[in-house]
Amino acid sequence: MQGVKEKALELLASGKAQRVLGWKTGEFFYDLTPGVFESAEEVEREFEYGVFAGANLSKYCIAESKKDGVTAVFLKPCDAYSFVQLLKEYKVKREKFYIVGVQCDGMCDMEKIRAAGISGATAVSEDGDTLKISTIYGEETMKKSDALLLKCKTCKSKKLVIFDELLGEQGEDCPESHRFDEVERLERLSPEERFSFWRGELSRCIRCNACRNVCPACTCETCVFDNHNLGTDNKAAASDFEENFFHIIRAFHVTSRCTDCGECSRVCPQHIPLHLLNRKFIKDTNELYGAYQAGADLESRPPLMDFRKDDCEPSVVYERGGAKG
Amino acid sequence: MKKLALKELESLFAAIAAQQTLYLPQDDAAGQAQFAAWKEGAARSRRLNTARSAKDLFFPQVENLAGFKREGKSIEIFETREDVRPFTVFGVRACDARSFEILDKVFLKAPVDTFYASRREMGTVITLACTKPDETCFCRSFGIDPANPAGDVSCWMDEETLYWQANTAKGETLTSELPMLEDGGEEAVKAQQEKLHVILEKLPLAQLDLSKVGAGETEALFNRPEWKSLSESCLGCGTCTFVCPTCQCYDVQEFNTGKTVRRFRCWDSCMYSDFTKMSAGQPRPTQLERFRQRFMHKLVYFPDNNDGQFGCVGCGRCLQKCPIHMNIVKVIKTMGGGDDAK
Amino acid sequence: MRNDPLIPKLAVVTDIRVDTPDVKTFRVVGLSGKKPFEHIPGQCAMLSVPGVGEALFSITSSPTEEAFVEFSIKKCGCVTNWLHDMEPGQEITIRGPYGNGFPVDTAFAGKDLLFIAGGIGLAPLHSVINYCRYYRSRYGKIDIVYGSRSMEDLVDYPEIENVWCKEDGINVHLTIDREQPEWSGHVGFVPNYVKELGFTTDKTVVMCGPPIMIKFTLAGLMELGFAREQVYTTMELKMKCALGKCGRCNIGNKYVCKDGPVFRFDQLDELPDEY
Repeated sequence: MQGVKEKALELLASGKAQRVLGWKTGEFFYDLTPGVFESAEEVEREFEYGVFAGANLSKYCIAESKKDGVTAVFLKPCDAYSFVQLLKEYKVKREKFYIVGVQCDGMCDMEKIRAAGISGATAVSEDGDTLKISTIYGEETMKKSDALLLKCKTCKSKKLVIFDELLGEQGEDCPESHRFDEVERLERLSPEERFSFWRGELSRCIRCNACRNVCPACTCETCVFDNHNLGTDNKAAASDFEENFFHIIRAFHVTSRCTDCGECSRVCPQHIPLHLLNRKFIKDTNELYGAYQAGADLESRPPLMDFRKDDCEPSVVYERGGAKG
Repeated sequence: MKKLALKELESLFAAIAAQQTLYLPQDDAAGQAQFAAWKEGAARSRRLNTARSAKDLFFPQVENLAGFKREGKSIEIFETREDVRPFTVFGVRACDARSFEILDKVFLKAPVDTFYASRREMGTVITLACTKPDETCFCRSFGIDPANPAGDVSCWMDEETLYWQANTAKGETLTSELPMLEDGGEEAVKAQQEKLHVILEKLPLAQLDLSKVGAGETEALFNRPEWKSLSESCLGCGTCTFVCPTCQCYDVQEFNTGKTVRRFRCWDSCMYSDFTKMSAGQPRPTQLERFRQRFMHKLVYFPDNNDGQFGCVGCGRCLQKCPIHMNIVKVIKTMGGGDDAK
Repeated sequence: MRNDPLIPKLAVVTDIRVDTPDVKTFRVVGLSGKKPFEHIPGQCAMLSVPGVGEALFSITSSPTEEAFVEFSIKKCGCVTNWLHDMEPGQEITIRGPYGNGFPVDTAFAGKDLLFIAGGIGLAPLHSVINYCRYYRSRYGKIDIVYGSRSMEDLVDYPEIENVWCKEDGINVHLTIDREQPEWSGHVGFVPNYVKELGFTTDKTVVMCGPPIMIKFTLAGLMELGFAREQVYTTMELKMKCALGKCGRCNIGNKYVCKDGPVFRFDQLDELPDEY
């Protein structure tokens, strides 16, 4: 997407925004860091946007909301869902932001490039669907689709659900994203197989809290897992079951508020597919309460924060039986 | 120097594993390398380095200290420590090997941490020279030569052969128990080392300038305004600290089963808000102070207390793993080092 | 049980004295009936009740007490609440002593000493004061300025009134924050009282109390002409190991548990402002 940096400069110059929330250039081509820019000089020097701007900026808007004046923020489609959800939860103030919606065709993941055996990468360029990667060991190529972040491979929607201004084209929902395929595969496993799958995956957890801290739906002032006064704080797995509970309880807590932005899996240093827990809950919620997309609009109530007489009975969970549930 | 045809490597691993647990980097279910106990048929990972560092084998994330039973007014204290059996770890890179030296300076300094000490005593470290460093590697900046890694035994590997050099008494003992090793290999290793040294010069971080950080720089660095912008997007997670081979801060916690209490220590992170939080106050109230602490510790305080040695080995894990790509290199460069200082 | 610096010893609380509405003094001996360890005034120890937690406390008793160690502890958190609720005869765990302590046999020797304490801040000074009283001839004149919110909040008031106040060469200056009918002594905050008393600047000062008291008293002392090199204090930060290893109690390159808790203000000046 072209013109993002230019837009940042324009918004600062016109006074439409007092600061810009965007991405700062890194040491390499892929290590962009979310950052706040207050002057044109800073933008000129450090602003960068590209296929490695995967970080969702919406959670930073909570802090920006507390500042005076207007912050211009660049939101990709999945980030915009998070922003709307935060608006619904009164965590951000709409009038504090000038939202530039940015068309997105998927963001790349350096970990995927490394996993493909490409090391010593120093530069990248796009040539159609191909990434040309220069390394200190020579030139490499990789299909962009193979380098996409997991969350982008199964993108739910390219539609920008909120913006003041649009860069690029408005997108559409992606019903063919197959985002529930992996959940369905797990549902087809026997309970024992599924249990052992999750025990295996979660056993890798090092309890760094990156998934929780990055999650736009995790906005508690003090997380229950940090609350010493309640006696529920735990910093490490005192028993080998505790990590499982951390993730399961977290997934429960964000159910019907999770927009499926995929940040949890993006940031996990141990590559645990945490988004699958959330997607399972999204899929269940869709099946039990009707299709629902958190963050899609400002009006609807999340199914688990709403009560209707025709809500399914709790017993439905049992009725569905073990094979599916 | 000794050598062994790579096709015999399995027999070498088997011979070591027959005596003691052998850990070596293997790909996990997500395709990342991790140190794991070798079993027959287990494949050695081809990745440059493990996602978690080798410190885990000497300073595990969770470790029981003691058990207690309280009844009425009396307390019983009981042993929960398991005997550390001799073990060997193969495939430690030069950066991680150096991290042990740094951890030793914390844990083996009086009063000695006997939990760590027993693992150091029982563990034999076999290092493996790098051949294809990543762009995130900067061990050279700390005087580490990845072509000549430390350890009880140093190894090199090419397409066909493993080369083996015992460095310590422990390494000699292990070598003497491995009859499949043959003499020779000096020339091949020398050639490989020269080749790697050429590559090291080409690494993007080869010229990282550490002259603005280090012992005695507290006054110059502590109040620098750049800490604000460096730390502003930090998520306050513990990823950098937990994958770091030299981060060693820990917490002591208890697990109360209702019948007995297990006191354990676990990794802690200076990035967490509760790290310094007391009932009486909080000396590091925002992420700025916590972030600053982590880097000041590695780049100034540790060198202050350890003859100038940095608390970083340039393994690059934090560069690869930080969710928002903030890391020690960006800090060093912002503070005035490097060719493109900002 | 194998030894490790992190593994505590068992001890028993033989006596609990109520000092103020929120401070109690706990007398601790080892299971053998003897003092659990020898210490230097100003040092600390880790006390714990398994299942509740472990915390660091300064040792209130003087090393010259042969039979026990004592801790004056204010009720302010998990561990302290539990300690306050227990009864004599209760076993606890103890490890230590930790820290550098006050230079009672070096820098303090032969000096006139001025102790300034606020509230529970008397706890660590109590140990030094009684040590100096025991070896009275080694020190010059002793002045003690001690203030609290109210009369009831003065820790160890009977000992102050009946022992310290009656000894030659020791001047005790007590103050409380607000007037009370039964109080005939000075009323006012410690920093102001110190200035009013106007000490000669040849004294070595030992100070402990809440941060705000420290800040203003120090400023007052500077006005009186004291040098920062003459003023000692003792720090408190969160600690888990007390061995200089767990990594959280540092101020710059110094660990409070190991390099402190006692610092001179000129030493603190050299450390970054993060406490």
